[in-house]
Amino acid sequence: MSTETLEKTEEVAVAKKPAEALLSKRRKAFITDPLNEDNPITVQVLGICSALAVTVKIVPTLIMSIAVVFVIVIAYHNISVIRNLIPNRVRIIVQLAVIATLVTLVSEVLKAYNYEMYKVLGAFVGLIITNCIVMGRLEAFAMGNKPYDSILDGIGSGFGYAWIILAVSFFRELFGSGSVFDFKVFEAIGIANFPTNGLMVDSIGAFVVLGVLIWVQRAKTGYVEHN
Amino acid sequence: MDLLSLGIKAVFIDNMIFAYFLGMCSFLAVSKKVTTAIGLGMAVVFVLTITVPINWLLQEFILREGALVWLNAGFSEINLEFLQFIMFIAIIAGMVQLVEMVVEKVSPALYGSLGIFLPLIAVNCSILGGSLFMVQRDYTIAEASVFGFGSGLGFALAIIALSAIREKLKYSNVPDGLKGLGLTMLITGLMGIAFKSFIGIAI
Repeated sequence: MSTETLEKTEEVAVAKKPAEALLSKRRKAFITDPLNEDNPITVQVLGICSALAVTVKIVPTLIMSIAVVFVIVIAYHNISVIRNLIPNRVRIIVQLAVIATLVTLVSEVLKAYNYEMYKVLGAFVGLIITNCIVMGRLEAFAMGNKPYDSILDGIGSGFGYAWIILAVSFFRELFGSGSVFDFKVFEAIGIANFPTNGLMVDSIGAFVVLGVLIWVQRAKTGYVEHN
Repeated sequence: MDLLSLGIKAVFIDNMIFAYFLGMCSFLAVSKKVTTAIGLGMAVVFVLTITVPINWLLQEFILREGALVWLNAGFSEINLEFLQFIMFIAIIAGMVQLVEMVVEKVSPALYGSLGIFLPLIAVNCSILGGSLFMVQRDYTIAEASVFGFGSGLGFALAIIALSAIREKLKYSNVPDGLKGLGLTMLITGLMGIAFKSFIGIAI
């Protein structure tokens, strides 16, 4: 009698816990948080290294964003699947090996199908390996979460990174070369001799644009850094 | 003389931070105090000086197209360059581990001050960047060594200068949204303009 009731309550307990919806509120937060409030670049201070170097024009930036999103999502999934098999002491090397393999893949595909772009991006494709977003979020998230959640977090972080560097590249291309997607904007609206700004093409422009962008974004979200 | 000018160029003109944005993450994260900045700067100089020549040897004798001829004349068509990223990062991670162990054994005092930064360096963009630039620019081994040392020195110079400025900035009143990262980016931009003035120098 008693065992029967026990079994029954167990059954009820199992039945009461339905599988989590594919896009439950908790999971949606994985994607939406990094886009704004918890942005990898402006709030978590990750991935600035390779982010800025390619933002002189929009098109290379777009290619770079796609490459990074691809690497992040697949690397998170792979590491998350094998997370319980990785000995703690060698985890950095294992993570680096997975990331380096994916980056090699991206670089070979780029070399084969778009050699011009491969030359423009140059060493910076390889530097996705040491992009702090990839390593940082792998350590902080994928090592302790299930594959599906990790993929969602990867998509969120990847796009959070992408929109910031696209915004930076938009301003740099507009004021540095007077064009958007290589389309001469100022000539089209009748200002043929618009003075282009050399500082914007230079690395300094990226620092200043990103600094101002961070200021605007933090003023909106109300995030304040305390030392 | 060429080597000297290459070194000066790597420190001031082609500065890792101001010209290529490499190593920005640790540059921003570890620049709150001068003492820690000096520690990280030293560690970067150390690791870059070692890894760039080692990766040069790797590239020259194993990875390049036809580089394996010294093993067997029949290997002249083998091109292992697609393994470049994995090999470089493995060398870097391994060297960092090795350096950590050697420093711990030889000089515990230095280990105490560098300790936490050494593992961080394996994922510092400027280290891998140094090796990739070395391949792109076809340096000889002497040039590669000088370039590695100079780039490290440039990074150290930049991070120590920034941390000194940030220590002073603690006492100033800045708008809330600009505190921390935002202001640091603007300062880095201004420092970059100052470093631009080195462009005209020729030796």
